[in-house]
Amino acid sequence: MGVKGKIYGINGPVISIKGNLGYKMNEMVCVGGRRLVGEVIGLSREETTIQVYEETSGLRPGETVEGMGNAISVTLAPGILKNIFDGIERPLEVIAARNGAFIPTGAQADALDKERLWQTHITVQSGDFVTEGSVIAEVPETKSIVHKVLLAPGMSGEVVRTREDGEYTIEQELVVIRTKEGEERSLSMTQKWPIRIPRPVAKRFPADRPLVTGQRILDTLFPIAKGGTAALPGGFGTGKTMTQHQLAKWCDADIIIYIGCGERGNEMTNVLEEFGELVDPKSGNLLMDRTALIANTSNMPVAAREASIYTGITLAEYYRDMGYHVAIMADSTSRWAEALRELSGRLEEMPAEEGFPAYLASRLSAFYERAGYVQNLNGTEGSVTIIGAVSPQGGDFSEPVTQNTKRFARCFLALDKALAYARHYPAINWLTSYSEYMGDLAAWYGEHVGSSFVYCRNQILNILTTENRLNEIVKLIGSDVLPDDQKLVLEIARVIRLGFLQQNAFHAEDTFVPMEKQLKMMEVILYLYDRCKALIDLSMPMALLRESDVFEKIISIKYDVANQELDRFEEYHTMIDAFYQHLIATEG
Amino acid sequence: MAIEYLGLSEINGPMIVVEGVEGAFYDEIVEFGVGSAYTGGAPVEAQQKKLGRIVEIAGDKAVIQVFESTADMSLLNTRTRLTGRPMEIGLSEDILGRTLNGLGKPIDGLGPVRTEVFRDVNGQPMNPCTREYPRNYIRTGISAIDGLTTLIRGQKLPIFSGNGLPHDELAAQIVEQASLGEDAGAADGEGEFAIVFAAMGVKYDVAEYFKRTFEECGVSSHVAMFLNLSNDPVAERLITPKVALTTAEYLAFEKNMHILVILTDMTSFAEAMREVSSLKGEIPSRKGYPGYLYSELACLYERAGIVKGSEGSVTQIPILTMPNDDITHPIPDLTGYITEGQIVLERALHQKNIYPPVNVLPSLSRLMKDGIGAKYTREDHQDVANQLFSSYARVGEARDLASVIGEDELSPIDKKYLEFGTAFEQKFVGQGRNENRTIEETLAVGWELLHILPKEELDRIDTKILEKYWDDAS
Repeated sequence: MGVKGKIYGINGPVISIKGNLGYKMNEMVCVGGRRLVGEVIGLSREETTIQVYEETSGLRPGETVEGMGNAISVTLAPGILKNIFDGIERPLEVIAARNGAFIPTGAQADALDKERLWQTHITVQSGDFVTEGSVIAEVPETKSIVHKVLLAPGMSGEVVRTREDGEYTIEQELVVIRTKEGEERSLSMTQKWPIRIPRPVAKRFPADRPLVTGQRILDTLFPIAKGGTAALPGGFGTGKTMTQHQLAKWCDADIIIYIGCGERGNEMTNVLEEFGELVDPKSGNLLMDRTALIANTSNMPVAAREASIYTGITLAEYYRDMGYHVAIMADSTSRWAEALRELSGRLEEMPAEEGFPAYLASRLSAFYERAGYVQNLNGTEGSVTIIGAVSPQGGDFSEPVTQNTKRFARCFLALDKALAYARHYPAINWLTSYSEYMGDLAAWYGEHVGSSFVYCRNQILNILTTENRLNEIVKLIGSDVLPDDQKLVLEIARVIRLGFLQQNAFHAEDTFVPMEKQLKMMEVILYLYDRCKALIDLSMPMALLRESDVFEKIISIKYDVANQELDRFEEYHTMIDAFYQHLIATEG
Repeated sequence: MAIEYLGLSEINGPMIVVEGVEGAFYDEIVEFGVGSAYTGGAPVEAQQKKLGRIVEIAGDKAVIQVFESTADMSLLNTRTRLTGRPMEIGLSEDILGRTLNGLGKPIDGLGPVRTEVFRDVNGQPMNPCTREYPRNYIRTGISAIDGLTTLIRGQKLPIFSGNGLPHDELAAQIVEQASLGEDAGAADGEGEFAIVFAAMGVKYDVAEYFKRTFEECGVSSHVAMFLNLSNDPVAERLITPKVALTTAEYLAFEKNMHILVILTDMTSFAEAMREVSSLKGEIPSRKGYPGYLYSELACLYERAGIVKGSEGSVTQIPILTMPNDDITHPIPDLTGYITEGQIVLERALHQKNIYPPVNVLPSLSRLMKDGIGAKYTREDHQDVANQLFSSYARVGEARDLASVIGEDELSPIDKKYLEFGTAFEQKFVGQGRNENRTIEETLAVGWELLHILPKEELDRIDTKILEKYWDDAS
């Protein structure tokens, strides 16, 4: 077995051992009689430093610390989906069944059920040559997802013998291969992978297709690419969690990994309940069938919180290797950064900005770089998209976590307090948000949605920017003195804000809107703008235009026109024409 | 018989270092026997007992945080005894009706509390799988809360206040009216109601005010009061909320009671943490608070909730005074990220003589959306709330504009908004200290105010609901 040492010092989640006994960096260790899980995080000749992923109350100096020989890893096999884990992949449902409502220190449980039998279809025959990433078996893991059992990276050889199709546990031998060196290796469904090391890929592709979310402000104004990275910063109460829930429910990824990192327990319960009831519109199965949850709530041990986002992304990469598109919701990366700060403080490291350790930026970038649209080792394509919520201190975006995240995430969705106060949801500020993906995705939009899409989108953004400039003037002198064409811009901007940007997550039709309808909505709004402008050019006063209810009608398109009744948009164009003709006839 | 260690190596405020200790464990409780000073090495006759907790161990050296004052202690006159247990409190239902100090020792002169079980005050994290998502609302009879930031049973909803604002009155009114309301909570009438009150570093008058209020509304036999006043030891303050919440969890989940926990003042708690952390020589993060402030606060707030299979619940109303009324200060900021919303009191409203001075715009109840509507309150509740928020936000813009160009120059619609704003503050937010409104009354006031505005302006209300509740006549 591994190296054994004795505890010398204890300070919160950090323990130290005198001397250098030969532990490896990042090695997993079992601490004390209750075998708490820990990780080696510092080595010197005098001292070994270990962070413990559980509450250290009750530990004594002199208790044994046993090295497990390998880095802290997750178990990868069927049974991950539809499950809920803590930050170091302990299954919370199993722990609940064993230990009741509260999680005791040192709760032991296998990450995945080793007893359960899975219906397995072996996809290789003896004589086949398999390499890393090859699919050797398929298991229907849930109703929605077929789990592909892959050859672990670094392995290859000739299949010597296989089992029949049938029911197997995750540890039973399925296939035996003979490697180049002539060794026979027995393969089961289970793999282990160290959480801090990215799983290898064949190559990376540019991000050229969007993650369709059905949320208008995202899809149209600030799209996220599949395999892209997005940051979602906002003070408390601005709707970070709500936006993440919406994305998890509606985005067109095959698999969702939802990481509740240092957040509220009730929120995780809500996700668990809601996803267990909601039906996935694409497959007709439950959302939970394609979701795995990682819940390390704020009162669970802080070191496990630090590990939780790595656990999450490793699970995501594993499903990506099978050829799936995976989206990660990390709520919230600030809590993770704070865990780093807390541990760094306990290690008495020299603090950089705001007490955060100086390596905050490099850790963040290493995390976000694990996203990507890739060709897997087995030739299939898959992607990992990261959407990370950021909870800036005091809602101030100039703090280190937001600023560093901004450097590495290419889509920045700034949530705004003022919008949230006015209950304008999603409270994404269209002036401070941006997406670097728009250029890369323009071709896709042109091909799949409509050639006018990018033009319309830019027009809409233009009107909103103009509105902002005009509002500066209005703030000083009131809106009455503006010329009519500018009043029109304000009115159309209002239509865009209320009728397009605002989206009601609790409304059956409005909660998800297909791309085609988004385009049609933009076209109607711009057509209205165009016609009104023509009227204003004929020196009709804005007050007259406002008497009509056409603006309100356009605003409520989002509720009135169902997602599949796209032909009804003709009616609105006709209505606008009628409105135009009527004014020309009566006033012109 | 446990070993006693004679003498100390260091005393620094409430922190004590003892060397040569064997077999101590992290977080263990130690007892000190303190004799009269200068015994010159002779055996000490213990005259006082004090408690402390081991907060750091390095080999045979233990750093101990003393919960009481370290006055009278010297390096020579103190015996240290390891108790072999973490901090525990003895509990039974008899704790209701009692007044205790910050460590859970009775100070009302009625003798010790009968003990059925001992519980570790640190608690354990609740497994998200076994939580029941809170859905039943608690009627507080206060429009600003019931209507716009509905309190849900099992929620943690803090009051963000400032010095000199009536947060105590508001908390007291919530306690009175929530405990009286038979219809508080839509579905179940079972489950007894009780209050756990924890005072951390509050003034004597404040503690006395709550005590009197509990007596006046006849609930004092259902209250457990833990008092750590502002002149009580700082280290004790760090334990007080844990003791109180352990009591609450015991009553809720083992005795099936609905517990309302009032924690006041969380700012003093955080200040105490900073003080102790600084004495330990830890590296400070924001504004000198230790890096683990978030985790520590979370370990308190997260102890609210409902467990599947238990009829009880723990609802928390922590009160905190924002230093310099600054909501971005680390204490309210971190609290807001953990709790399920917040009720923000505002000085400007208080100065306008509006009670309760709740600024509804930054106030929020995250659990509200699932606990209101046709099944719980009324179908139009969410829409009315959204509309009031949205319209009141617009009032702010109109007021800004009026302060620049003068009220007379405003457009007619902006003038309407000004009128709405004043009426909203006076009639909806403002109410009597003893006024207990039903949900119907609250919503009726809401609709009445919305009638000040033209119907077209109500863009947050579903057309059907608007048709049903809009009265053209008024």
